[in-house]
Amino acid sequence: MFKAMRASDLLKPRPEGLYCPPGDFFIDPVRPVGRALITHGHSDHARSGHRSVLATQETLDIMGLRYGEDFAGTTQAAALGETLDINGVAVTFHPAGHVMGSAQICVEHGGMRIVASGDYKRQNDATCLPFEPIRCDVFITEATFGLPVFRHPPDHEEIARVLKSAAQFPERSHLIGAYALGKAQRVMRLLRDAGYDRPIYIHGALAKLSEYYQSQGIDLGKLEPGTVESRGKADFAGAIVVGPPSAFADRWARRFPDPISCFASGWMRIRQRAKQGGVELPLIISDHADWDELIITIRETGAEEIWVTHGREEALVRWCELEGIAARPLHLVGYEDEGD
Amino acid sequence: MNRFAELLDRLVLTPSRNGKLTLLTDYFRSVEDPDRGLALAAITGDLSIAAVKPAMLRALVVERMDPVLFGYSYDYVGDLAETVSLVWPQPQGHIPNHVPTLAEVVGRLQAASRSDGPKVLSRLLDDASISARFAIIKLVTGGLRIGVSARLAKQALADLGQVDVAEIEELWHGLAPPYTELFAWLEGRAEKPTSAALALFRPVMLSNAVDDGDLEKLDPADYAAEWKWDGIRVQAVCEGGVRRLYSRTGDDVSGAFPDLAAAMNFEAALDGELLVGDPRETTGTFSDLQQRLNRKSVSPKIQQQYPAFMRCYDALQIDGEDLRALPFAERRKRLEAFVKTLDPSRFDLSPLVAFSDWETLERLRQAPPHPIIEGVMLKRWDSPYLAGRPKGPWFKWKRDPHTIDAVLMYAQRGHGKRSSFYSDYTFGVWSGPEGSEELVPVGKAYFGFTDEELREIDKYVRDNTIERFGPVRSVRADRRNGLVLEVAFEGLNRSTRHKSGVAMRFPRISRLRWDKPAAEADRIETLQALLDS
Repeated sequence: MFKAMRASDLLKPRPEGLYCPPGDFFIDPVRPVGRALITHGHSDHARSGHRSVLATQETLDIMGLRYGEDFAGTTQAAALGETLDINGVAVTFHPAGHVMGSAQICVEHGGMRIVASGDYKRQNDATCLPFEPIRCDVFITEATFGLPVFRHPPDHEEIARVLKSAAQFPERSHLIGAYALGKAQRVMRLLRDAGYDRPIYIHGALAKLSEYYQSQGIDLGKLEPGTVESRGKADFAGAIVVGPPSAFADRWARRFPDPISCFASGWMRIRQRAKQGGVELPLIISDHADWDELIITIRETGAEEIWVTHGREEALVRWCELEGIAARPLHLVGYEDEGD
Repeated sequence: MNRFAELLDRLVLTPSRNGKLTLLTDYFRSVEDPDRGLALAAITGDLSIAAVKPAMLRALVVERMDPVLFGYSYDYVGDLAETVSLVWPQPQGHIPNHVPTLAEVVGRLQAASRSDGPKVLSRLLDDASISARFAIIKLVTGGLRIGVSARLAKQALADLGQVDVAEIEELWHGLAPPYTELFAWLEGRAEKPTSAALALFRPVMLSNAVDDGDLEKLDPADYAAEWKWDGIRVQAVCEGGVRRLYSRTGDDVSGAFPDLAAAMNFEAALDGELLVGDPRETTGTFSDLQQRLNRKSVSPKIQQQYPAFMRCYDALQIDGEDLRALPFAERRKRLEAFVKTLDPSRFDLSPLVAFSDWETLERLRQAPPHPIIEGVMLKRWDSPYLAGRPKGPWFKWKRDPHTIDAVLMYAQRGHGKRSSFYSDYTFGVWSGPEGSEELVPVGKAYFGFTDEELREIDKYVRDNTIERFGPVRSVRADRRNGLVLEVAFEGLNRSTRHKSGVAMRFPRISRLRWDKPAAEADRIETLQALLDS
């Protein structure tokens, strides 16, 4: 079919991020720009200082919580599924299933449709809307876990392992390292779904975001600060504590009795990663697609061309080649895997 | 199978002994026969399954997936068993309708012939979850490497049945997988298993260290003294033609010492120290002994260069008569007479050390006649041979440890109670010419300090970090800056694995020398001198 527009003219990498020349906007720019479209609130995708920001309401709220209300000149909320016109380019946000508010951004112009998926996953997650596959010409996929070794098990099985361990070691505390936005709340929600009804202790860094999730109707149950200095060690016996992974190497963790260190992350699939990090109970819970999800998604989009970004591009590009799908790595700078 | 796989996954990442024991006892309590007994055998190394070579495993997987993608995966993970367990592609549309039990897996593997082994293995992998695939591959490639010794597994059994671990050790070699009668006894459902097996292990008698003030309360006339040989405690048992050489925890080590085992042509159970050399002429040093340790096979050359012999110090049974209830004085007499009948190139008697008072013995202890002596043993003349570590009848009075002043170089975070503390320390001493000295690491220690000192060192590490790699911090250490640690250790071995060429035995932190400038810490030559003495 004839396309009036070449894909590489509709979206192209620039040092600031992925740029759309006809629409004059960036997607997830890593430096301050005039107009930014933002997929989700993780700090490597959502930075402060842009003149105008278009994102879902939840992403705007999260950016406000993280950076303060004046994080951008102007903001505009994008409703999922509603198409906006930006300088003649049709832009639509669709849910990405990554964290609350996360969206894929579909960009269409001159008969060419590209979907920039941002970060995404296909496993169910009670704390955000599920990913919707969008038919497109070019699909831009992340590849954080773009190797056949990454296979995420069902998340409820992983949570069951924590609860089993808590029953086995009732005198010890379980410290679950989980990123502050998304993963932490998902872990808490999973604990509740598994029937855990005791208070969950949280590190201060999680308080604002968890409160926000609760205000959006995600019931996380009773959360208590794990930061009360007056509390005795024995009070935390049998406790489950959630905090950012960095906190557990810190003096902060000393208040807990003989803690078992757990880490909720897709990286925990690799034993050596767990071992190096001193993790005793790895929980393979990820907000990124695993290998099987990446492949299914690529197929479902029907895209003729795949651009692979942040992660292990080479294996996914190789897989596309074997499947007869055009694919190339898209070298974007500045994205870490903060979300996992 | 999944429960066994889960157990392995947990054990491999659980550093604390108590944590491992809890995981093991919970497993033995909740899993039924024969699975738990097979798991036990897999852990203690008593399960025999024909081994699969890594190359074959690799061949199986690249038949099923793109070799390039497998290559990327293996490069990333670095461990073949783990990579294969993760990438193994389940056949299209294949949904296993049954999770095989450990017994089924072991049964199918044991029944497989050499030629259909690969096929049986791949079917098993098709039906298994990722964790279970890892466990299966570990079973067939030999060696679980999960940081659990046979001894620890036996301790878990003892905890399960609330019995003394010595009872398990004594029974062990008369039992076979899947140990159904053992579990029945531990759970109080059956009598203790009796065994008709010959040449079983007898739990050994252990000593307590002499503490300050202990000796003043003791009468020297009540005790015999012997040199404490720094070899390997062994028990040589021969009964009705069955010969076994056991380690002090009841592991059968006959295979590693075929030369000594061949000379065991008697009817007795003897307790003693395994050493190398010819007892009539020379006794080898610990470095010599090391040539015989941790080897899978022993070449004739090594056996000739470093022949193993046994220096006997107790007799538990002679010609069918159990001597353990007799006093030491009586057992010693029988032993002296018995050793005379044995091959003198393989067996000799541990000599008694004559002394009249503790001061005399103290002088002898400080200046032993051979480098492989690490102190003296005190044994009450009237005490029977008792399993375990009863307080009173046997004492070990070790030579004072060596100490050096070393500089803290790296610190690693601990686990459990210590997970937020930098508690494992790598330390070094100075080497190189004057003016361009460098620290060379000589050892690692993670105990010997008080909780208060741990907090102080932790603060020091955090305040003086120059680099971080995962849980390890590199600490500022140069001529002008650095924390000097007084390190105590029992001895020194040559080592090709360490850059410094030395490896310490049993190092621990004996004092923090906040007062001592880093530049005044010891030099490598101090250690090298010790090695040559």
